[in-house]
Amino acid sequence: MKWWKYLTIVLLLYTAVMGLLGHVPRLAILNETERNLYFHVPMWFGMTIILLASVVNSIRYLRDPSPRLDTLAHESAKTGILLGTLGLLTGSLWARYTWGTWWTTDVKLNGAAVTMLIYLAYLVLRGAVQDEQQRARLSAIYNIFAFAAAIPLLFIMPRLASASLHPGMGGNPGFSKYDLDSAMRLVFYPAVIGWTLLGVWITEVACRLAFVKEKIYEKQDKQLA
Amino acid sequence: MKNKTNNLLSRAMALLLPLLLLAGAALAQTGAADQPEMADALRANGKIYVVVLVIVIILSGLFVYLVRLDRKVSRLEREVEGR
Repeated sequence: MKWWKYLTIVLLLYTAVMGLLGHVPRLAILNETERNLYFHVPMWFGMTIILLASVVNSIRYLRDPSPRLDTLAHESAKTGILLGTLGLLTGSLWARYTWGTWWTTDVKLNGAAVTMLIYLAYLVLRGAVQDEQQRARLSAIYNIFAFAAAIPLLFIMPRLASASLHPGMGGNPGFSKYDLDSAMRLVFYPAVIGWTLLGVWITEVACRLAFVKEKIYEKQDKQLA
Repeated sequence: MKNKTNNLLSRAMALLLPLLLLAGAALAQTGAADQPEMADALRANGKIYVVVLVIVIILSGLFVYLVRLDRKVSRLEREVEGR
């Protein structure tokens, strides 16, 4: 097993233990729920990084097509969608108990939801095309569109908006740098790395399984021929 | 096989020990009146450790599952490459 997988385990166990026991400032409204920062926010960091990996592989596919690159892009997108969905669910729950509502028409919330819909359409598109090469090429092109749409939805429109309930006005749309005190940083940064690595790990196993499956099919085809 | 299990166990212990030491340092957190309400009682009576342990057990279970899945795929890779 590769070293970064051990690192993933250490970082996430550290996040769970210190995330619950570590020092956090006493804040009104948020109270103890501010510890969600170590779990909800890294979902979006991980999603963005893994979706970036996905679109990079799609671009590589279009430059030099190979089933391998298609698999890498597809499995990365699936993990990104998983992390994004978990981010939406946890964010909604958190909103219920701090803002008093499961959902509100906030530019950040809606932007994230629309991003997820755009990426779900990527999976729908893949499912709709039978020919493997056509599926790979169409979905690679669509993936570029999806990422190009996600960037303004997640990072530009929230900065243009005049008001938002969500932390981080006028800067990073996820949170304000003043929301973090130094004790929280010691848990938050490892949490971001840990959760992102977990996403990478899941993607890696899924890709390797897909490659092995492909090899077995190839061998069967040769035996039949 | 038994050797392998022992090896895995000692590795797991090596990972967990520093975490437990860190948790001790976290006890220093103190509560205060007239400030936003926090879960001070949960910390004072020590039940927070129950929550921590539950989460650590669940995470460990998921990691064991993922590691086993990873190894199964590795074995499959060797089998397919080997022939």
